[in-house]
Amino acid sequence: MKTYILKRILISLLIVFLVSLFSFSLLQIMPGDPARLALGYEASEEDVQALREEMNLDKPILTQYLLWLRNLFRGDLGRSVIYKRPVADMIAERLPRTVNIGVFALLLGIPIGILCGVVCAVKRGRLADQGITFFMTMIMGMPVFWLGILGILVFAVQLELLPIQGYTPPTKDFGDFVYHAILPVSCIFLGMSAGICRQTRTNVLDSINQDYIRTARANGLPEGSVVYKHALKNALIPVITIIGMQVRVVIGGSLLVEQLFNIPGLGTLLTTALNNRDYMIVQNCTLLIALFTVAANLAVDIAYGFIDPRIRMTRR
Amino acid sequence: MSEITEKELTLDEMIARQEKERRRASRRQFWRVFLGRGALSKACFAFLVLFAFAAVFGPLLTPYSPYEQSLAHALEGPSAAHPLGMDGLGRDLLTRTIYGARISFCTGLLSSVIALVAGSILGLIAGYSGGFVSGLIMRSVDAQLSIPGLILTMCLVAIFGGSILSVSVIIGISALPGYVRMLYGQVLSLRENDYVAAAELIGQNKFEIMLKHLLPNAFPTLIVMFTGSVGSAVMIESGLAYLGIGITAPTPAWGTMISEGYNYLMFKPLPAIVPGVALMLLIITLNIIGDGLRDALDPRLRGKL
Repeated sequence: MKTYILKRILISLLIVFLVSLFSFSLLQIMPGDPARLALGYEASEEDVQALREEMNLDKPILTQYLLWLRNLFRGDLGRSVIYKRPVADMIAERLPRTVNIGVFALLLGIPIGILCGVVCAVKRGRLADQGITFFMTMIMGMPVFWLGILGILVFAVQLELLPIQGYTPPTKDFGDFVYHAILPVSCIFLGMSAGICRQTRTNVLDSINQDYIRTARANGLPEGSVVYKHALKNALIPVITIIGMQVRVVIGGSLLVEQLFNIPGLGTLLTTALNNRDYMIVQNCTLLIALFTVAANLAVDIAYGFIDPRIRMTRR
Repeated sequence: MSEITEKELTLDEMIARQEKERRRASRRQFWRVFLGRGALSKACFAFLVLFAFAAVFGPLLTPYSPYEQSLAHALEGPSAAHPLGMDGLGRDLLTRTIYGARISFCTGLLSSVIALVAGSILGLIAGYSGGFVSGLIMRSVDAQLSIPGLILTMCLVAIFGGSILSVSVIIGISALPGYVRMLYGQVLSLRENDYVAAAELIGQNKFEIMLKHLLPNAFPTLIVMFTGSVGSAVMIESGLAYLGIGITAPTPAWGTMISEGYNYLMFKPLPAIVPGVALMLLIITLNIIGDGLRDALDPRLRGKL
């Protein structure tokens, strides 16, 4: 088990290194001079040169990379050229909003997805299965923002039950937070649970056809106990891996949802930064997001090793 | 002597005929399973043909231009001249939706072809070579997967510009990990086969083995993957257009149209609904056809991809 965990951590570190190279190179391959973009076209050549020195842009690339890493470890993510504020502060301010929405989406999406998948597999071919599968197929065909617009159209414009946009921090007024978060959270979690449902259904159906299930039936166990005690336990193990991948889905979805519902989170920060060519923010946001994903996958991998002994014995 | 050659000839012929018969039967089987999945997949197939037709013959189907504005007619409802009405700047909604099909189809197909070719090459190399090269490719794929696809494409499109070609290449790159991982897994199991060992023994080089023995056997899975990736490419493209990154305002992309239509959602929802429904129908159609193809080509894969 120790070697397995160690291996996973080493692989994750390697991935983090590769991602950091990518984030770093974003600043290098972008068009235009970041210092010139920051100061505008009226600024004098001396000022631009001074800023270039301050941003370490005059140093060799390798030195720039190492300086960037050193600053990252010190918590210094540079300054936004548009907002003239430290990037770390801006991220710290906006991160909780994205995390709040994302966590709620995960908390709803995972259990609902698994539940639907199990129901589909157990009731295979019956009305419940067909209904859920049809619904999930529809959901999978809708981009997050289109789902959101449909939601707004029905629940905000027609029924006037929910607000069109906005955000309240849960610490300030939890009821108002929920009221504003229902639509955005639903947009993200529905898409997520559709994917999980599909995978769970396949896994459970596969495991229902296994020999040990036939043995359990042959031994005269009641059908409910066969399905829920024997088939499910084994079928749900691979589902854990999918949960690790959901962090990606949540972050990608929050980008669109934040734009649609006007939530000032990490996604809108990244979108506006890209449109304003504020690459300090882009560079650090992408790295941060990737770190999240890698950490989540590492946690899932380790949990996986604990739950299923076969994994830690065979995998790589 | 002549008798033997004659016999051999007939034997060869018989084998050839059998082979031909077998191929024809499997082709018939393919269409039966593919189209025999009830009315739904027939409807989807018809939809896809309709979309493709609109994408190819777009300009011939409509007398209007997707860019020409007539503000006097802004947000007009459906009429005989404009069957789906006008958008916020008085452009014919149906015309813009048809041109949008073009953009979605082009980027969807082009990016998936790019991902298919590049992903197959990388996956074959990673699966067959092993060792350091394989490790490097697979870890790079892991690294790419840790950045959400939309964010990766956003960053690259912001840098390299939003022409259809560059958007397609970038979306293609974002779809690479799926192909590489899939083919890697396939090759790992395929290379255990006796025919690969035999090919190695008679001294075929690596390229021949990869292209002649491994790739054809992974083909059914690749085709299924391809249909799926067209759908997700269309989705990412619409996301970019919706956020206005790379693909921007006057372009009649569905994502852009939805984002513009959102402004009038309260009183005139049609300009947002029309492109949204088109987008949704196209993606659902592609997904269902992908499922049908999967069942027709390789029933063992049911639900796996």
